[in-house]
Amino acid sequence: MEKILKVQMEAVLENQGLARAVAAAYASELDPTVEELTEIKTAVSEAFSNAAIHGYPGDMSGSVTMEIATIRPSTIMIKISDQGVGIEDIAQAMEPLFTTDTGDERSGMGFTVMESFTDKIKVDSRPGEGTTVTLIKKLDTYYDF
Amino acid sequence: MDMIFNIKENILVAELFGELDHHAAGKVREDTDSAMETYGCRDLVFDFTRVTFMDSSGIGVILGRYRKLSAAGGRVAITGCSLTVRNILNMAGVFSLVDYFDTRDEAVNYLNRKEVS
Ligand SMILES: Nc1ncnc2c1ncn2[C@@H]1O[C@H](COP(=O)(O)OP(=O)(O)OP(=O)(O)O)[C@@H](O)[C@H]1O
Ligand SMILES: [Mg+2]
Repeated sequence: MEKILKVQMEAVLENQGLARAVAAAYASELDPTVEELTEIKTAVSEAFSNAAIHGYPGDMSGSVTMEIATIRPSTIMIKISDQGVGIEDIAQAMEPLFTTDTGDERSGMGFTVMESFTDKIKVDSRPGEGTTVTLIKKLDTYYDF
Repeated sequence: MDMIFNIKENILVAELFGELDHHAAGKVREDTDSAMETYGCRDLVFDFTRVTFMDSSGIGVILGRYRKLSAAGGRVAITGCSLTVRNILNMAGVFSLVDYFDTRDEAVNYLNRKEVS
């Protein structure tokens, strides 16, 4: 693992754009395509908003930590964690269209978007302890030395 | 995220500017719903031409408006999506409920035409 970047943000939706911008700035140095950069930003946006909305529901406050590293040449790992309420049934949470938040016009597509825009996703969560989403994204290289 | 509303007869054209994420979605919903009401519109066109970023919150915004309007006999159409935006909306099957048009005029013409028949 190289070039480790770790940022901690208050778990409020206002910081969603900041989380995306930080991830995009990091990824930019690895020469991604425009499409790859959009995919990274979108996946981060989903993970961060989930932490802020579902991790700390209601009046609960807390923080979201984002850790980014280059794990192989042109392969980026992004870990987004909260210390919130956690997920009881991870497999069910990851199903397309599944949401626990029906009143607020959520589509339940956050995990599906993360899955399709990255190469690998891992979700670790324990009720009462919090959630960590690990995303791995390989960037296309047009040449190999 | 900023929005500009244009009214063409019974149709509200909502043009979105900037980044549509979970943070921005609440205001987009509220402003769109109140414009629909204020101007007494029946159909809605979302113009995504100037949207620079969208996550899954956009799905909720579109399907939420679709549910609301179709209950009152209205329709929703979308135009101007980037490939990635289209891709995200497709994942949720949005285009089986809401029509997509390449241009805003096509969307407006379609909604107008359907109204006559
Ligand atoms: N960090 C988290 N902490 C607690 N619960 C979570 C967390 N992330 C996701 N969940 C649970 O998983 C469900 C599915 O998440 P997903 O992002 O797929 O959909 P959503 O957030 O409900 O809707 P959308 O992202 O489309 O607006 C959520 O409704 C929530 O119950
Ligand atoms: Mg989500």
